[in-house]
Amino acid sequence: MFTQENLKKLEELKKRYPTTKALTLPVLWMAQEQFGWISPDTMKYVAELLSLPVGHIYGVVTFYTMFNTKPVGKYHLQVCTNVSCQLRGAEHLTDHLCHRLGVAIGETTTDKKFTITEVECLGSCGTAPMMQVNDDYVENLTDEKVDKFLAECK
Amino acid sequence: MTTPKFILPDIPDLHRIEVYEQHHGYQALRKALGMKPNDVIEEVKKSNLRGRGGACFPTGLKWSFMPKQSTKPKYLCANGDESEPGTFKDRQIFEFNPHLFIEGSVIAAYAMGIKAIYVYVRGEYAKWVTMLQHAIDDAYAHNYIGSNIFGSGFNTELYIHKGAGAYICGEESALMNSIEGDRGYPRVKPPFPAQYGLWGCPTTINNIETLANIPVILNIGWEAFSKIGAPKQPGTLLYGISGHVNKPGVYELPTGVLLTDIIYNYAGGVPSNKKIKAVIPGGSSTMWLKGEEIDGVKMDADSLKAVGTSIGTAGVIIMDEDTDILKVLTRITHFYYHESCGQCTPCREGCGWMEKILKRFIAGEGTMQDVDLLLDIANNIEGNTICALGDAAAWPIQSFIKKFRGEFERRVKKAPPEKKYVPPPHLVTLQA
Repeated sequence: MFTQENLKKLEELKKRYPTTKALTLPVLWMAQEQFGWISPDTMKYVAELLSLPVGHIYGVVTFYTMFNTKPVGKYHLQVCTNVSCQLRGAEHLTDHLCHRLGVAIGETTTDKKFTITEVECLGSCGTAPMMQVNDDYVENLTDEKVDKFLAECK
Repeated sequence: MTTPKFILPDIPDLHRIEVYEQHHGYQALRKALGMKPNDVIEEVKKSNLRGRGGACFPTGLKWSFMPKQSTKPKYLCANGDESEPGTFKDRQIFEFNPHLFIEGSVIAAYAMGIKAIYVYVRGEYAKWVTMLQHAIDDAYAHNYIGSNIFGSGFNTELYIHKGAGAYICGEESALMNSIEGDRGYPRVKPPFPAQYGLWGCPTTINNIETLANIPVILNIGWEAFSKIGAPKQPGTLLYGISGHVNKPGVYELPTGVLLTDIIYNYAGGVPSNKKIKAVIPGGSSTMWLKGEEIDGVKMDADSLKAVGTSIGTAGVIIMDEDTDILKVLTRITHFYYHESCGQCTPCREGCGWMEKILKRFIAGEGTMQDVDLLLDIANNIEGNTICALGDAAAWPIQSFIKKFRGEFERRVKKAPPEKKYVPPPHLVTLQA
């Protein structure tokens, strides 16, 4: 269930679009922010809230890569491995991260703290290699910078 | 030589509305609201401004496609999906000069009689969404957006619509579907957005950088604007340079600047003075250039077309002589495979096949027949899909095979040594 604050936000959002279907993405974002990921139950809830078929919501959630259909760790490390990052050592960076955390790409550490995901270009080519941690960009990465960052994650 | 900087001038704190106002901020909007909407469109037409999203379509002409009289509401979508690998320019506008973009959008809305603007920003840009929202709130508070702007009686609203991670949503019709709450599937054209766009209403889609150029045109006049850079594509461009250079980043320079000038004078050259093996001039979907070819190449639509590639989003990617460029091509192809929306068979299946073949070469399992097969698949994707993603996947492969065939030859599967004929023992005895 959405918090009262989110329900209020929803009413505000409704004024922006002529159809309720257009609220699909904004509402799914709200759901992900509140619950951390989008479970099948959340999909049902959103579908009921917007009077849309669950199939539509499922279709949208699975189409967009940023909606997590599985729970992720407290720190979601999304490493860009596309061209510009690749040219500046993203492959090594990914190996280093996996080695340090003892998990493979797509996995979460047993303490549920870190999840590593490989993502496509994040528009940070001038500060490559980089990764997105939850909402923030961590750029110009080196092994030392990664180690320092991981140590600071509480 | 001083180059004019309009989009990203060196003014500290320009993202703050007071600072922006001190530097002629929102004066172009005031000027536009004093003009007839059609005169604004004419001004943009005469300036010869071309879209900055990659297709280089004349902006004024696009605006003139919008019906003057419409019983349905009209919409403007500002495209800030910015997902083409090697492109990172719009985020600079959101961060350093968001009001320029907002001002341009409101002018565009006035020129076309639009009451609602949706700014589509990619979901990963959470930080920039916050920054832009802050600027929008300020602009609302100063009545540069909203109702009765500058007492002119003109009203328009501006909303951010956040994407959720899909390259394809940068394609204009997919972007509209995404705003409507659907999967980002491109639509078959015609009908074009100016007739049947968002919710079936007349819609114009412009890139963020394109809209940021509008106040510049009104401030300096179309004549002065049309004299900057290359005559057929005037103005300044935000060149994003990445890969093997000493100072990667976004540089605002006139169109038609020399590619080597950007690499060596602005981006500080290649680390350890290595030679350049290959250059992608306008984002991952543009055709590759060999290192030997770049001398004298100018960065504008026509000059790049003449050397068989395109300006795209002006995202220049440099690869030095030690780069395993086949691996780079494989990564790019993987990107298109991953981002294909899955509507059209040639793109959905073809991109996967191309990636598989390229991976065979990486593993040393490819054969020379595979090169022809790869080219055949690329040729059959190009032009056979609803949107340009298929073409974007095919072009790098086609140009790579044309220019770097040797890379494949170097890695083909070595034929096993010919087996010597060893006669069976009973034959040996007979021969003896």
